[in-house]
Amino acid sequence: MIAKHNKERAAKGALSLALLIAGSISAFIFFFLLYFSLPILSSGLIGEFLTRGWDPDRGVLGILPMIVGTVYIAGLAVIWVTPIGIGLAAFIQLFAPKPLGRILRWTVEFMTGIPTVVYGFAALFFLVPAMRRIFNYGTGLSVLTASVMLALLVLPTVTLIAQDGLATVPSNQVLAAFSLGASRMETFLHVVLPGAWRGLISAVVLGVGRAVGDTLIALMLAGNAVALPDSLLDSARTLTAHIALVSAADYESLSFKAIFVCGLVLFIFAGSNIVFLRLVEKLKK
Amino acid sequence: MRKPLNSITFMAIFFFIFAATAYAGDLDLFKDLSGTLNIAGGTAHIKCETEAIKRIMRAYPDVNITIAGGGSGVGIKQVCEGLVDIGNTGRAPTPEEISRCNLKVYKFAVDGIGVVVNPKLNTDNISKENLKKVFAGDITNWKTLGGSQGSINVYTRDAESGTRKVFWSKGLEKIKIIDKANFVPSNAAMKTAIANDPQGMGYISLGVADSSVKLLAIDGVSPSTENVKSGRYEIARGLYINTRGEPSPLAKAFISYMLSPEGQALVKKHGFLPVK
Repeated sequence: MIAKHNKERAAKGALSLALLIAGSISAFIFFFLLYFSLPILSSGLIGEFLTRGWDPDRGVLGILPMIVGTVYIAGLAVIWVTPIGIGLAAFIQLFAPKPLGRILRWTVEFMTGIPTVVYGFAALFFLVPAMRRIFNYGTGLSVLTASVMLALLVLPTVTLIAQDGLATVPSNQVLAAFSLGASRMETFLHVVLPGAWRGLISAVVLGVGRAVGDTLIALMLAGNAVALPDSLLDSARTLTAHIALVSAADYESLSFKAIFVCGLVLFIFAGSNIVFLRLVEKLKK
Repeated sequence: MRKPLNSITFMAIFFFIFAATAYAGDLDLFKDLSGTLNIAGGTAHIKCETEAIKRIMRAYPDVNITIAGGGSGVGIKQVCEGLVDIGNTGRAPTPEEISRCNLKVYKFAVDGIGVVVNPKLNTDNISKENLKKVFAGDITNWKTLGGSQGSINVYTRDAESGTRKVFWSKGLEKIKIIDKANFVPSNAAMKTAIANDPQGMGYISLGVADSSVKLLAIDGVSPSTENVKSGRYEIARGLYINTRGEPSPLAKAFISYMLSPEGQALVKKHGFLPVK
C-alpha cells in the first residue's frame, strides 16, 4: 500500500516537473521576446510599426505587409483545407469501406512526416510554372500558390484531429440512426456532426496555428515581396518568412529588433489560439 | 618487345611521381592537422569552397570542414559571435565590423555581379539607365526593352546580402528597389528562380551563374572575367574570408590553401578572378 503510494507520488512529482519545465520555457520565450521588443514597443514607434511598410534603407520599419501577407496566405490555406480535411475525415470514419478507410488514414498519417521543404521544392518545379501558365500573370510565386501548398501541409493535422473528433460520437447513437433507416449522409448530418462539432473546431483552429507558424512554404513559394498584395496572384511575405529573411541583420540594428516584435505578434496569436480552444472545450458543459 | 614495355613503365612511373607531387603540393598545408572547421556566410563562395573542401577532406580524413550559407550578414554575425571559425562575405567588412569583432580579413577572389535573365529571352544587353528603371519599377514591360510583350518580374535579395549591397550601390546607384520585387534568400535560389521564370530579371554572382540563366551586357559591356579584370565591367566585388582574431591552425591552412596556386586555380575554374 505504502509502496504504491510512493510510486504515485513519484509519478506526480515527475509530471509536475515536466509541466513546470514546459511552462517556464514558454514563459521564458514570451519574456525574452518582450524584452527584445522593448526598444520598439517603448519608443512610441509601435503604431507606425504595425501600420507601415518595410524599407530599412530609408529607415522605415513596418510590418503591415507581413501581417497582411500572413492573414492572406494562412487564411486562404484554411479556407481550402477545412472542407477537404473534414470531408476526408468523415469519409474515412463513416463512408469508406473499412480497408479503404484504413489505407487513407495510413496515407494521411504518412503525410505528417513529409518535411516541409520537400513540398516547397516540388511545388517550385511543378506548381509555380503551372500557376504562371494558367493565370498568365506574374511569376507564379504568389499568395495563391503558397496557400495551396500550405493547405496540403496542414491537411493531415486537420484530418486526423477531425476524425478523432468524429470518433467521439458514441457508436450506439450512430447504429441507432442506421437502424431507424437513416442513410449514411443523414446519419452524418444529423447525428455525427452535431455531436462532434467541437472536435471539428479544434481541428480547424490547430490547422490555423500550423498554417500561421509554417515558414518554409511561404519563403519558397510566396515570392516575399514587401509590397501589400493587390491580388491573390501577387507576391507577398509572411511574418515567419520575414523573420527568416531579416535574421541576418546586425544585432545592433533596429531591423534585427523588429524581428522580435514579429515573434511577439506570432506568439500572442498562438496564445489566443489556445485560449479560444479552451473556451470551445468549456462550451461542452 | 622489351623496349616499349620499359618506356611504358618509365612513363607510368614518371606520371605517378608527377601526379603525386601535383596532388600533394598545396594540400600539404593540412599535414598533421585534424579537427573541425566551420564556415558560414556568403552564398557566392559556396560552390568554389565546397570543391576545395572535398579535396582537402579526401586527402586528410582527420580534417572535417563544414560549410553553410546564409549570406554575408550571417557570415559576419556568426564569426563575430564565435559560432563559426570562418565567416564568408561577398563584400568588404565595414571598419566598424572589423573593429567590433576584431576581424582578420582575407580576400581570395574577385567576383562580378551580373544582371541575369531567362535564356529564352532574346535580349542580350541593357542600358544602365534602363536597368535602374526596371529595378525602380518605372519600366515594367519587356517590350520597352526591345523584347516581346510581357511584364518584367523583378527578383532581389534580402538587405543583408553582400551581392545585393554591391549591386545596389554600383549597379543601381542606390535607387529604391520596387517593393513588389520578389525576394530570394541566396545566389543559388536566384539562379533557380530566374531559370524557371521566362520573364524574370535579377542579379547574381558570376561564379554561381551557369547555362540555365543568361547574363546581360550592361551598356554593351559583357560581364566576362576579362572585363571584370580590366575594370570595364564595374559591378564587381572581392570575396572575403574573415576570422575573429588570428585564425586557428586549421583556418590558417584553409586560407593559405585558397590563396595557393591550386586554390587560385579553383577560384578561376568557378568563374571568379584570382587575386594572385
